[in-house]
Amino acid sequence: MKKTLFDKVWDAHVVDTVKDGPQVLYIDKHLIHEVTSPQAFNELVDRNIPIYRPDQIVATADHNTPTLDQHLPVKDELSRRQLAQLSENCNKNNITLYELGHKYNGIVHVMAPELGITQPGMTMVCGDSHTSTHGAFGTIAFGIGTSQVAQVFASQCLLLSKPKSLRVTVNGTLKNGVLSKDVILYIISKLGTNSGTGYFCEYAGDVFENMSMEGRMTVCNMSIEMGARGGMIAPDDTTFEYVKNREFTPKDAAFDAKVAYWRTLPTDDGATFDKEYYFDAEDIEPMVTYGTNPGMGIKISETIPVDSDPSFKKSLEYMNFEAGTSLLDTPINFVFIGSCTNSRIEDFRVAADYVKGKQKAENVTAWLVPGSKQVESQIIEEGLKDVFTAAGFELRQPGCSACLAMNDDKIPQGEYCVSTSNRNFEGRQGQGSRTILASPLVAAATAIEGKIIDITKQLN
Amino acid sequence: MEKFTTHISQAIPLNIANVDTDQIIPARFLKATDKKGFGDNVFRDWRFDKLGNPNSEFTLNNARYSGSILIAGDNFGCGSSREHAAWALVGFGFKVIVSSFFADIFKGNALNNGLLPVQVSEGFLNALFAAIDSDASTLFEVNLETQTISIQGTDLSEGFEIDPYKKTCMINGYDDIDYLLSKKELIEAFELQKPY
Ligand code: SF4
Repeated sequence: MKKTLFDKVWDAHVVDTVKDGPQVLYIDKHLIHEVTSPQAFNELVDRNIPIYRPDQIVATADHNTPTLDQHLPVKDELSRRQLAQLSENCNKNNITLYELGHKYNGIVHVMAPELGITQPGMTMVCGDSHTSTHGAFGTIAFGIGTSQVAQVFASQCLLLSKPKSLRVTVNGTLKNGVLSKDVILYIISKLGTNSGTGYFCEYAGDVFENMSMEGRMTVCNMSIEMGARGGMIAPDDTTFEYVKNREFTPKDAAFDAKVAYWRTLPTDDGATFDKEYYFDAEDIEPMVTYGTNPGMGIKISETIPVDSDPSFKKSLEYMNFEAGTSLLDTPINFVFIGSCTNSRIEDFRVAADYVKGKQKAENVTAWLVPGSKQVESQIIEEGLKDVFTAAGFELRQPGCSACLAMNDDKIPQGEYCVSTSNRNFEGRQGQGSRTILASPLVAAATAIEGKIIDITKQLN
Repeated sequence: MEKFTTHISQAIPLNIANVDTDQIIPARFLKATDKKGFGDNVFRDWRFDKLGNPNSEFTLNNARYSGSILIAGDNFGCGSSREHAAWALVGFGFKVIVSSFFADIFKGNALNNGLLPVQVSEGFLNALFAAIDSDASTLFEVNLETQTISIQGTDLSEGFEIDPYKKTCMINGYDDIDYLLSKKELIEAFELQKPY
């Protein structure tokens, strides 16, 4: 039988099938962080169950961490306690932890790929919906709830029904200034926020084949924003080149053996999907969102659609935008380049390239938050920090930061923020904040101009 | 986990589509390390203004409505995987959430906490909203055994789907950990000869 990439990886991990029910799926790697793990650790203690495979768990502190003065004790007491509890739980259970300040610390979905923890053909989970990021490697990776974190602690397995399959194919050549973020925002704007629910999505076509691993991660990261549990891209030479020689990647002959296996994973010709969509690369332009879910996106040159649906209207009211108008020239006071969607070195290179020799607008506060310590070091080593500092941008320390505003990095009430993160929900970046999702290039340009501009006009 | 068989209650309407888990429980309340207290902050930013005063227009503050069933718009529970959203709804006292569509992770989290997600057709969802609209004291019955939801005092009812395994778990109050631990030998055998 012809199999998809997803089928091959899934089927290789099935331990057992419950009669007329779900399957027991084996999990290779379990990533954890401070916010969604404490209750799971407690549950195991309460039930007197040991952690089954501590060596397959890797922990980081990212959601609830400050992005300034990380060498000092965390000021907020609740946050400090939550971080201390993570350290204590990891120490007690012999779990590898990259805590605040560690050279490998970072956002869970940035640090794991860059350390080679993420490898093709694996199953990976984390108590975080953007675990879909790791699918860029041809990995089945998805977010889970805390009860499931406890299940994986106890058994290294999960009970799951196999999702349906969906493929999104984008062929052609992307226009100048169109980044991977625009591709995924475009797809979600076309398909809506729940078209993927119940499905695992494979991205195929030359656009993804020609993308860097960073770009593929940006795309897979946002699969959850169309409801899909995860996204995947077939592993190829780009993948193997990226994975090679990383901290936890097998070396030499062991690596070659892995690559030989990984080459068998791509979807067989003629395999079928439950749902398929096709798009043309040429139709994609830099994107911005105007509403309060990631599906509410338009090309930067378009106007906000007109819709009489009450939820749509409520959303525009929250954003203080009017149907039928353009976002161009909207004054913006906050710009955030960061989050597990766009905080890898490539994102900062794109931004720095644009910013070089320019000065940010006076009204703008521009935060740059690297996804990990390693990205932070790279930014400094490559001289990008100097470019940004000269332009008036502020480089902060790694973490989730204003993506979810659990720490002090909050956008004030009523303010717009052009953000490279993944969610524009009401209050996501701070109570009353208004988020406009965009690529690092659009974000950088906004910071320079102090308003939204049609970047394609400058580039072409 | 508490057992669930049938549940009869009034319902609270929340006729908004795409309610995400950031609205159900905003991130700033996720600093706790236990499962308690989240009910106080369910829908925090819709229920209260910035100063902490209740917003009288929000459905949970409307004296007309009460009960342990929440009837919500399409695509309920999208966004973040935070199980805190399920804990917050359970903590507030909900036992059933009805919608025409649930996001995957939320649905799983709800089931793992004894909170029953009941997915109905759009037409039936509108009938539910209309029933509350005409009489807020209308009772609704959710029967897990027969997988039906009905509007009492009318002959309106609809069936709903649930995974048979999950249904057994809900009815008996079992959870997945019990089941997985019972499969330990199989899991160990799998580890010794992984096919990859
Ligand atoms: S950066 Fe944002 S989306 Fe990514 S893991 Fe952190 S909070 Fe979640």
